Amino acid sequence: MYEHNTSEQLGETLPMTTTISFSLNGDKISYEIKDHWTLLHLLREEMGLIGTKEGCGNGECGACTVIVDKLAVNSCLYLAIEADGTTIETIEGLASTDGTLHPLQQSFVDNGGIQCGFCSPGMIMSSKALLDENPDANREEIQHALAGNICRCTGYIPIFESVEAAKKMGGQNE
Amino acid sequence: MKPFTYLSPTTVEEAISFYGQHSETAKFMAGGTDVIVKVKEGWMEPDFLISLKRIKEMSELHKNEATKELSIGALVTHATLEKSLMIKNEYPIIYDAVSNIGSLQVRNVGTIGGNLINAVPSADGAVPMIALDGVALLHGPDGERSSDVKDLFLAPYKTILKPGEILKKITIPAQAPHTGSAYTKFGRRAAMELPLVGIGVLLTLDDDLETCTRARIVLGVAGPTPMRAFDAENYLVGKKINEDLLIEAGKLAADESKVRDSVRGKAWHRREMVRVHVKRMGLKCMNIIRANN
Repeated sequence: MYEHNTSEQLGETLPMTTTISFSLNGDKISYEIKDHWTLLHLLREEMGLIGTKEGCGNGECGACTVIVDKLAVNSCLYLAIEADGTTIETIEGLASTDGTLHPLQQSFVDNGGIQCGFCSPGMIMSSKALLDENPDANREEIQHALAGNICRCTGYIPIFESVEAAKKMGGQNE
Repeated sequence: MKPFTYLSPTTVEEAISFYGQHSETAKFMAGGTDVIVKVKEGWMEPDFLISLKRIKEMSELHKNEATKELSIGALVTHATLEKSLMIKNEYPIIYDAVSNIGSLQVRNVGTIGGNLINAVPSADGAVPMIALDGVALLHGPDGERSSDVKDLFLAPYKTILKPGEILKKITIPAQAPHTGSAYTKFGRRAAMELPLVGIGVLLTLDDDLETCTRARIVLGVAGPTPMRAFDAENYLVGKKINEDLLIEAGKLAADESKVRDSVRGKAWHRREMVRVHVKRMGLKCMNIIRANN
C-alpha cells in the first residue's frame, strides 16, 4: 500500500523530506524521511526491521504496536516525523545480543502464547509497556492493556497466562 | 498514502497563520488517530498537515483550586485523562467515557479535542463534556470565541468550527456539592468497539441528599449529534430521586431519542438500551453521591 518515490507526483516544490533523530532500541539513529511516512513504514520498508507487523493499517488490530516514550502506540497511525526526539522500542530490541530472550518472549514460548505468531510482536510490546509501568498488573489490567491487540488464532487465554507468568520472571526488566 | 508536507507550529497563532497561507489544502491534526486513517483511505487529501502537538498550552490539564474550574487542553490524550486520579475521583463520567475509547494504543495518542472535532455521533468524549456543561474555547483568524460543547455539533462530521479555527481547550465549571456522574458505552463487545448507544447521567442533589437540583442526561448515537434528553432532565429536577423516578426518566429519554437503524444495531434495541441505562447510570450517580457523604 505504500508508494515509493512519490515526490514526482507533487513536483519538487514541496519540502517533503526531513531528517529526524531518535533512539531505537538503545541506538541513536538519524534518518532522512518523507513527511507522510508512518513509523511502521520507516521501520519495516526503509530500515528492514520486519519484526513489527502490519495487520489492518487502521489502528484496529495492534499488530504494529511499538513503544514510543514508554507508551504503546500503533505505528501504522503514527507519523515517522513525530518520532523525532523520541525513544522507540520494537520487538527487535528485546532479546539480548547473545540471543537470550526477554522474559516476556520466553514466557510466550513456554506458555503457548504464540500460535501463528503474527500478533505476537504487538502483543509482547503492549505487554512490555504495561509491565514496565505496572509490574504487578492483574488479569483485568492485562486484558485492558491488550484490548487493542487482536489474535485471530484466538489464543487469548494462553497469552494472558504468558504475561502473568512473565511477571514472576521479572518481565518488567529491560 | 498521498504525500503531504508536515507543519508543526508551536503557538496557536502560528498554526492559524499556516492555515491562512494554505487554506483548503491544509488540515489540522491533533493525535492523528482519525486523520491519518482518513488520509490513508483517501477521504482526506491534504497537501499540508498542520500538527498541533507542539503547542504546549494545548496539552495542559489543570484544575484551578480557587475557582474549581477544570481546564482540559484539546491536545490532552484520552490516556492522560484515564490515568489522572483527579479525573477518576472528581469527574467519574469523564473517566468512564475515555477509558474505553478505542484501544490503549489509540488512547495514548488520540486526544479529547480530536474526538470532539471529528464529530462522529458515537464520540464517547462528547457525552461527559456536555453533561458537565463544558465550554469549548475556539481560536481562529477572527480571534477567540466560546461555545457550549453541546452546541458544537451540527451534523455527523460537522461542527460549528469555521475554516482555520482551532478548538483550544474545554473548560468545565465548578461542580456543585453532592454531584454524581456516570457514563456507559453500550456495545456488543467490551473492547475496540463503537457504542450502539452511549449514555451519560449527572445528578446534583440538595443538602437533603434526595432532592434533585440539577440533572443532565446525555445520549450518544441516539441522533445525528450527541444530544441532551431535556424532557427526562426536567422530569427529575425538583423531585426526590428514587429508582421509580429514574425508570420513568429512562422511558422519557428513550422517547426523546432519535435513534435509528444502522448496520451496527436496530433502533428498537438502541431505544431499549437508553431506557435501561439511563436508570442504571442514575442509580450509579446516587451511589457515588452517597459514598462521598
